[in-house]
Amino acid sequence: MSFLDLKNVTKIYPNGTKAVHETSLSVDEGEFMVFVGPSGCGKSTLLRMVAGLEDITEGDINLDGKLINEVDPSERDVAMVFQNYALYPHMNVYNNLAYGLKNRGIDKETIEQKVNDAAKLLQISDYLQRKPSMLSGGQRQRVAMGRAIVRNPKIFLFDEPLSNLDAKLRIQMRLEIKKLQQKVGVTSIFVTHDQVEAMTLADRLAVINNGIIEQLGTPIEIYDNPKSLFVAGFIGSPQMNFLDGNIKNKTLSAEGFEIKDIGSDFEGEVKLGIRPEHLSQSENSLINLKVDLVEQLGSDNLVYGQLKDKKDFCYRCPGNLTIEKGADLSLNIENNKYYIFDKSTGKRVN
Amino acid sequence: MTRFITSSFSHLILLIGILIMVVPVWMIFASSTHTSSMINMNGLQMFLGDSFYENYLRVLLYQGGFFKEITALKMFFNSFIMATGVAILSVVTSLMAAYALVYYRIKYATLLFWIIFITILVPLELRIFPTYSVMAELNLVNSYFGLIVPISASAIATLFFRQFYKTVPDELLESAKLDGANTWRFFVDFLIPLSKTMIVAMLIFMFVFGYNQYLWPLLVTTSEQYWTVVMGLKMMSGSIVHRFAFVMMSMVPPILIIIVLQKYFIKGVFQDK
Ligand SMILES: Nc1ncnc2c1ncn2[C@@H]1O[C@H](COP(=O)(O)OP(=O)(O)O)[C@@H](O)[C@H]1O
Ligand SMILES: [Mg+2]
Repeated sequence: MSFLDLKNVTKIYPNGTKAVHETSLSVDEGEFMVFVGPSGCGKSTLLRMVAGLEDITEGDINLDGKLINEVDPSERDVAMVFQNYALYPHMNVYNNLAYGLKNRGIDKETIEQKVNDAAKLLQISDYLQRKPSMLSGGQRQRVAMGRAIVRNPKIFLFDEPLSNLDAKLRIQMRLEIKKLQQKVGVTSIFVTHDQVEAMTLADRLAVINNGIIEQLGTPIEIYDNPKSLFVAGFIGSPQMNFLDGNIKNKTLSAEGFEIKDIGSDFEGEVKLGIRPEHLSQSENSLINLKVDLVEQLGSDNLVYGQLKDKKDFCYRCPGNLTIEKGADLSLNIENNKYYIFDKSTGKRVN
Repeated sequence: MTRFITSSFSHLILLIGILIMVVPVWMIFASSTHTSSMINMNGLQMFLGDSFYENYLRVLLYQGGFFKEITALKMFFNSFIMATGVAILSVVTSLMAAYALVYYRIKYATLLFWIIFITILVPLELRIFPTYSVMAELNLVNSYFGLIVPISASAIATLFFRQFYKTVPDELLESAKLDGANTWRFFVDFLIPLSKTMIVAMLIFMFVFGYNQYLWPLLVTTSEQYWTVVMGLKMMSGSIVHRFAFVMMSMVPPILIIIVLQKYFIKGVFQDK
């Protein structure tokens, strides 16, 4: 059994909403697990069941070899960082950090030692006497982290902790969280709807949709090898291009082109997925793109345009290529990197 | 220019309002510092006389009442006990009632709350005889306990605390739970400090409420030893200047408490966060 073990966990809210369906998942000790998925898919619910803030309708959760279904949140030894930080407004930073330790009956000197260590690690030593209302967003974020770290819990839980920060600070804190987690080595679960955040932070990530884990794996595995239409569309930026197609006798015919000898015996209606970065310009082209718009990111250009059938399409090329609006490009798929999904089930078929 | 005129005009109205309220009080105060023969001959006075100490000291220490066994000083003491008792008891009970209503999974908590709230529409006067008979049967007539307890369940204070608790974000409770706080610790370490200004405001409010009680103390005390100031206002005999002095003194405790704590009062009632 691994460090944290979810077995067939289901959550049905009293109003009948089924937020999590028979989900099983294992997290190893020291691992950084990320739950990613669109808003309302049940990420927070799953996390809150681990914390003990929501009852488990069905299934078992084991933490560190102990069944914790019925264990009170105050006894679980988990720490959580909330989206709005939930700092204690009437306590100064020192007491915000110390409160959990006091409740565990730890003596004063040890508390002071631990709080000071955590404060130093997070560079908040100068604000220890301030109330949370006198801190900036980034500083509050650090205090919230400090409150989790200082207790040295079995597991850290983060519920979209970066979404209240501005873009620049978010990237900075993202790096710091990752560094901190590596340094402290505590098992962590991080919930986010931002796939870039998910990819950069995760040791492994779970892509969740409609209360189900669609795919579980390392960020690269999931990027390279999405198992479903949903995962393929959700992970990767800009989004994967999808075209309608049909397979007969191992030949895929899409609007305007054909691919022969696809490695699959599937027959019928499919979606063909091609990532914008897996295309290149070439003579014997497969796809003809009429350029509408070019976004220059410096290192890359994002070229948006339409195919023959007016379908929107995106192509990512190196930043040193100049492409004019209105140009006609001939594109080929590099190294046969395309993905085929069963149109009716969304399952990958190649 | 027009702004100057309108602003002067509104100030004039305010000034008149203030005068209407303050002048009678001032006249009573001024009159209470003269000798009674002076008042009897010349009517109410606008200017201070020189019998202040004489009159006020006499009132404080004079054995009044039908049986001549209570002084004004004792009445102040009784009123203080009663008002403080009502203030503390009603704030404590409302705090706890509101806590239970908001944070415990009570079935029909909202309905319960509205039932409590409806009691605001039932004044003490309406239930005064049943309440009296309960007190009589419990043998609590003529006791501080009997004076305090029956008027110490405050729906208003419960309403205020309940509304405040409802604005406290759930994450705070959840965060506290994960930090190892049980329900009692959450109440003591979070809700009470967070509602500190509101608690002070309610203490003042209920203190004045308790201090101003007239009918209930009248009914539940037969011994003069338990007379309160407000009862004394009616019962006082003696010359007019002494009664005026007593009236003046009876205003001091509530005014004092509001002046000292008004900062909290305003914050607590109008903009507590
Ligand atoms: N307390 C609740 N009562 C009823 N339904 C809820 C409650 N909390 C969340 N839900 C529903 O459960 C689903 C999952 O919610 P949540 O876990 O918060 O999603 P996420 O965090 O992924 O955005 C949503 O459909 C949401 O409306
Ligand atoms: Mg959420």
